[in-house]
Amino acid sequence: MAPDWVYTAEHQLRTYESDGLLQYHAIPAAAVLPGSAEEVAAVVRACAQAGVPFVARGAGSGLSGGALPLDDGVLIVVSRMKRILEVDLDNHRVCVEPGVTNLAVSAAVGTGFFYPPDPSSQIVCSIGGNVAENSGGAHCFKYGFTTNYVTGLELVLPDGELVTVGGKALDPSGYDLLGAFVGSEGTLGIATKIWLRIVPAPETTKTLVAFFDSTRDAGEAVSQIVQGGIVPGAIEMMDEKAIEAAEPMAKAGFTIGRKAALLVELDGAERECEARFDEVVAVCERCGSDDVRVARDAAERERFWKARKAAFPAMGRLSPNYFVQDGVIPRTKLPEVLERIASLGEEYGLIVANVFHAGDGNLHPLVCYDGAIEGEAEKAEELSGKILDACLQAGGSITGEHGVGVDKKKHMPKMFSEADLDCFQRLRCAFDPEGISNPGKVMPTPRLCGEVPGPYRQHPLEAAGLAERF
Amino acid sequence: MATTARTERPGTVPEASELLRALGEAGDPLRVRGGATKLDWGAPGATPAVEVSSAGMARILEHNEGDFTAILEPGVPVAEAQSAFASAGQMLALDPPLGAGDAATIGGLVATADSGPLRHRYGGVRDLIVGITVVLSDGTVARAGGKVIKNVAGYDLAKLFTGSYGTLGYIASVSVRLHPAPTSTATARALAGDPQRIATAAAQLAALPLEADCLDVAWSSGRGAVLARFGGAAAAHQARAAADRLGGAGLDDPGVVEDDDELWAAQRARQRAPEGAVLKVAGTLSDLPAVLRAAEAGGATAVSRAALGLTWIALGAGEDLAARADAVRAALPAGTSATVLDGGGALRDPWPGPPPAALVVMERIKSRFDPARVFRPGAFAGGL
Repeated sequence: MAPDWVYTAEHQLRTYESDGLLQYHAIPAAAVLPGSAEEVAAVVRACAQAGVPFVARGAGSGLSGGALPLDDGVLIVVSRMKRILEVDLDNHRVCVEPGVTNLAVSAAVGTGFFYPPDPSSQIVCSIGGNVAENSGGAHCFKYGFTTNYVTGLELVLPDGELVTVGGKALDPSGYDLLGAFVGSEGTLGIATKIWLRIVPAPETTKTLVAFFDSTRDAGEAVSQIVQGGIVPGAIEMMDEKAIEAAEPMAKAGFTIGRKAALLVELDGAERECEARFDEVVAVCERCGSDDVRVARDAAERERFWKARKAAFPAMGRLSPNYFVQDGVIPRTKLPEVLERIASLGEEYGLIVANVFHAGDGNLHPLVCYDGAIEGEAEKAEELSGKILDACLQAGGSITGEHGVGVDKKKHMPKMFSEADLDCFQRLRCAFDPEGISNPGKVMPTPRLCGEVPGPYRQHPLEAAGLAERF
Repeated sequence: MATTARTERPGTVPEASELLRALGEAGDPLRVRGGATKLDWGAPGATPAVEVSSAGMARILEHNEGDFTAILEPGVPVAEAQSAFASAGQMLALDPPLGAGDAATIGGLVATADSGPLRHRYGGVRDLIVGITVVLSDGTVARAGGKVIKNVAGYDLAKLFTGSYGTLGYIASVSVRLHPAPTSTATARALAGDPQRIATAAAQLAALPLEADCLDVAWSSGRGAVLARFGGAAAAHQARAAADRLGGAGLDDPGVVEDDDELWAAQRARQRAPEGAVLKVAGTLSDLPAVLRAAEAGGATAVSRAALGLTWIALGAGEDLAARADAVRAALPAGTSATVLDGGGALRDPWPGPPPAALVVMERIKSRFDPARVFRPGAFAGGL
């Protein structure tokens, strides 16, 4: 590593003290910005030899503290590794380095193709981070998540070994290491090269927003759309508070005071899309919407999305601080869980605004509080935890796309038994027996790996003299 | 190999846990048996002393119609699950050939990651499985994922067990995502005798936003076909447009088949050759002409999920089977890899070797998840 890219001074390190989740911060012992896979491997190898833990960081836009540094560890920042290595349109594949932004992938493949996972941070977030978090986005109900698009990875394992798994072809031989690695939140190693599948851009896209007198009615519309066999590109819901916050900023013409706005987007083959879109309009009206607006052009469509995407940043208008949650519920439980969230908000005397991916039941309640008022942050955090409890009681998950990180690890035992967590640890130990790759994340309590249990049996590789006992 | 093994048939998760703990302590090789439709897939490995049948765990535990999800025990026949889902207008979008008597089970499907034509649109088992419960050889019962379609809490062990050929543990239940079943379907079909023309036409369709349910190539005795299936209200219209494109790409006899179930059943059947051998070739769209030529030169038939770069080459039974299979493997283009499915027990090296550094991780995974090393030792890639 060139010394220019090794930071040890506090003023340099402060840049990296938090990721997108600002309530946690730590100053790493050192930060390095490698320029190649070989440099990443060399740094990790040095960490492994010295027994120093490391944390990988992409753009630092994650929302669960997954890239929070360790104060006795090395932060490996991949933001300089942003080359697009290959665009192979004939085979619908792109190969990139981990620091390439999500949006840059779609931009690199021209108008005929696109890369579907689209987290709302896509302008800045990196593909390396997307791989670590298995990022989704507004369109994943139809198109799936990062894990459905990664066909190959070059990895630096926690011992510094460089390994390639898969490539352009699907179904590499052996256990599905790609499936295990994507979404492992930096605890199994660092991806240094990523092969992605791209898909043909849809022929047409149609978008509407429908307003309702209750989130229950809007939720019913979602159910009927999906039950009717329609798979929209996106179905997003905003409640009264979210509309109130977002509209002044986005100026999309959303009516402040309405209880719910449902944004539905269909994309695909023109004729099928047109036919299905009429059905969506009819369902919204049947479910009580008296105001269905179909985007007439790309500019109007853009405005609708701007309102949806403004909901997070605009929340500052309603409240000095807020926590975002990321719980998931079975879609049919939407009405009862929203009612539970509302009554929790009343009980705690805090505003909770709701924005969510309604198609896949991924809620993003924004719990508003004022950090200047003593005890209110703690109250808001407790309320956030109770919202996750409600999601779990409904048969859901504590996180749909933001990851566990440091933020939600304390909730893991509510979702998984001790045996389940031990089983996760078996995978962790297979990749990182020394526990130096992003320790303290995901798992609720520190665990060690120990010896491989069971009787010793010679492996064929050993017999052939190709490998030592692992 | 199955004749000397004794059979155990746990009926519940606790029974499976107790059984596997005891079997793990005894340390004898075991194999899990579902519908027995793919018994010779994988390397022969150690002769099992015990077969653990999933027939005692064959219930549909949940079908959440409104949520388009289901939880299934491993012994549920895929066909039975599909008819239950069909009664609600839904499907599990996995349509591999189901073997003799349509006996293939959910557990076997997950363990082998088998797939059919619908993989073009919906992905494979790994893309549709959202949760799993497993029992390990020390009796551990563990769950990963859940029953919601979006979830990133914890490691994705469901994918790790998918395609592991029963070498990591016993799959006690799986949660899957369902999709709406199309109300009507139609297929565009066109023919050619030249692999390059077939591949070029398939590639042209693959690059368009057609939203076809399936995009397959079939090859047999010097003649090939491109097949594109559409579902939904506009299916016939879309198939007509696709047929026109195939004609425009220079293929012969472009046409639309509206009553297309049989055509696709035949296409699925070509993925199997229970008395012969099937090579599953993984490559890219660009490899397709050379892969078809390799099949043709070896006197084999082929089925390809063109856009996915996956091709199944089927060789008929016969004494020189191993030599013919080796000739096809040798003729495949560089950069592709071939796994033997049917005939895995009879042919040499059914698995392409994973890169050594990846195999080291896989070996550690095997050691951690199957500490007693009793689950089909030697049957999987890399001798695992």
